[in-house]
Amino acid sequence: MSAPLATTKTLRAERRRSIYRNYDLYLFLLPTFFYFLIFHYGPMYGVQIAFKNFTASRGIWGSPWVGLVHFQRFFSSYQFWSLLRNTLGISLYSLIAGFPVPIILALLLNQIPSKRFRRIVQTITYAPNFISVVVIAGMLLVFLSPRGGLINAIIELFGGTSIYFMARPEWFPTIYVLSGIWQGAGFGSIIYLAALSSIDPQLHEAAIVDGATKFQRIRHIDIPGIVPTAVILLILNTGTIMNVGFEKAFLLQTPLNLETSEIISTYVYKVGLVNAQFSFSSAVGLFRAAINLILIVAVNRFARTVGETALW
Amino acid sequence: MVAKSRVTIRNSTRDRIFDIINYGALSLATLTVIYPLYYILIASITNPDLVAGGGIMVVPREVTFEGYRRILAFSQLWVGYRNTIIYTVLGTLINLVLTLTAGYALSRKDFVGRNAFMVFLLVTMLFSGGMIPRYLLVRNLGMVNTRWAMLIPTAVGAWNLIVTRTFFQSTIPQDMLDAAVVDGCSNTRFFIHIVLPISPAIIAVMALFYGVGHWNTFFDALIFIRARHLQPLQLVLREILVQNQMDLELLDDIQTMVDQQRLVESLRYGIIFVASVPILMLYPFLQKYFVKGVMIGAIKG
Repeated sequence: MSAPLATTKTLRAERRRSIYRNYDLYLFLLPTFFYFLIFHYGPMYGVQIAFKNFTASRGIWGSPWVGLVHFQRFFSSYQFWSLLRNTLGISLYSLIAGFPVPIILALLLNQIPSKRFRRIVQTITYAPNFISVVVIAGMLLVFLSPRGGLINAIIELFGGTSIYFMARPEWFPTIYVLSGIWQGAGFGSIIYLAALSSIDPQLHEAAIVDGATKFQRIRHIDIPGIVPTAVILLILNTGTIMNVGFEKAFLLQTPLNLETSEIISTYVYKVGLVNAQFSFSSAVGLFRAAINLILIVAVNRFARTVGETALW
Repeated sequence: MVAKSRVTIRNSTRDRIFDIINYGALSLATLTVIYPLYYILIASITNPDLVAGGGIMVVPREVTFEGYRRILAFSQLWVGYRNTIIYTVLGTLINLVLTLTAGYALSRKDFVGRNAFMVFLLVTMLFSGGMIPRYLLVRNLGMVNTRWAMLIPTAVGAWNLIVTRTFFQSTIPQDMLDAAVVDGCSNTRFFIHIVLPISPAIIAVMALFYGVGHWNTFFDALIFIRARHLQPLQLVLREILVQNQMDLELLDDIQTMVDQQRLVESLRYGIIFVASVPILMLYPFLQKYFVKGVMIGAIKG
């Protein structure tokens, strides 16, 4: 009877001693703790204004509760379905078109015997990842310009007529997705290259002895080797499916392409920060955050049921 | 035997075809990435009339540095540059101090409460209050339209903190700590005199990740900074490149609208080049650190 009790007691004493001995480690963590408390948990506390009629004079706590009024207004507004369609549409398009590209890039790079060629390809394809989104938007605008833009010059070279891309809503998702692939595919391949380099080389040697071609080795060794990595990244990407990057969509918006370019985050920005409807826009933002959370939990559960790989 | 060698020969032919296609595909991908960047450069130094006519593809013609002469004399761009450098240097410094100290504390197995803190951290990665409550918070703290708004609300990145913790956990041997403790070394001294000197890799990786983040920050500047003298480079770039507001200072001596418009296009190429040069020039030398950062992150993905 007394033995487990004594162990608990010594454990507790040991913990106390450890806290006392490591007091400076707590000082190390303190600023970071307060940072997350204030700048991440603070807004979580503040999100209650989505259920209130926030006025600056009465503050977050003092403003009156109004229940789900703002949510109802959003769900019944004429923009709701088009915002949802644009946001999900661009996300799914990015995911379907963009997800395989870094994988293919890594599989191909991994088969290149020349170290020099590999390094050149890697250095160049990683580079756009570091260009700011404002510059990317600026580049797209000059390239897609109907007056002397590179893309239109090429179209005209082949006898086509130039297209005013930024004024045509049907082009917006493609511009968004393709520029995203151009910018991110190279850097995204790093993680798959790492996964490929951890595959046991004996597998490849045995396959070569058995007469397998490079293509067969990719198919039967490399691809199964990177599936766990791909699954993890797919879960992470699915969890952010409602987070179409605000910045690029906002920068590439023109009054003429709003029909497809207005997404939830740009809408929240306009209604909330430009028109100062804080409560309503918080409700819209909260709706998005909630969907994200549900998605990531659901996809993770699905991945755990189907395969062994999951986030938690 | 004969059959087997025939198979091998057939396979090596197939592999050669594969190699040719592979080299071709990767060369094409690399060209697709580099050509737009190259085009920006040649378009910025070519006579604007030729660029507008779609006349140049590979070699610049009728080279002129008129555009760059004007860009260099454009004061708002340099105000933006100066502010961005201030935000990047100070911001990264704050990031490093907090991330390294907290990352080290969390890497210690004898740190009571570290699991609780990790949960506290993970919650912030899964859920956030959103844009509006965050803006109201920063406004209530009196940071809007001050330099603080560009430094404090991004003081620590959750992902970077986890990467740092993982790095310390896997590289600082327990024996080393035990030996130091026996010698009566405090945690602070151990961290400053032993942990930091043997961890240049993680310091470089974090400085780069945070640094590039600060350099490219656009959204926080958009919502928090209005005063022109506090604007970082990215806001200035947006005015010129996206909103198409050419400052009159750039064009004040040009008489006709047609001439102004003609020059505007050429200036945009030049400004894109000037804005991306620092990072693109530095990047090849720092590439290995970025790659390393992704790798450390992937261990505990």
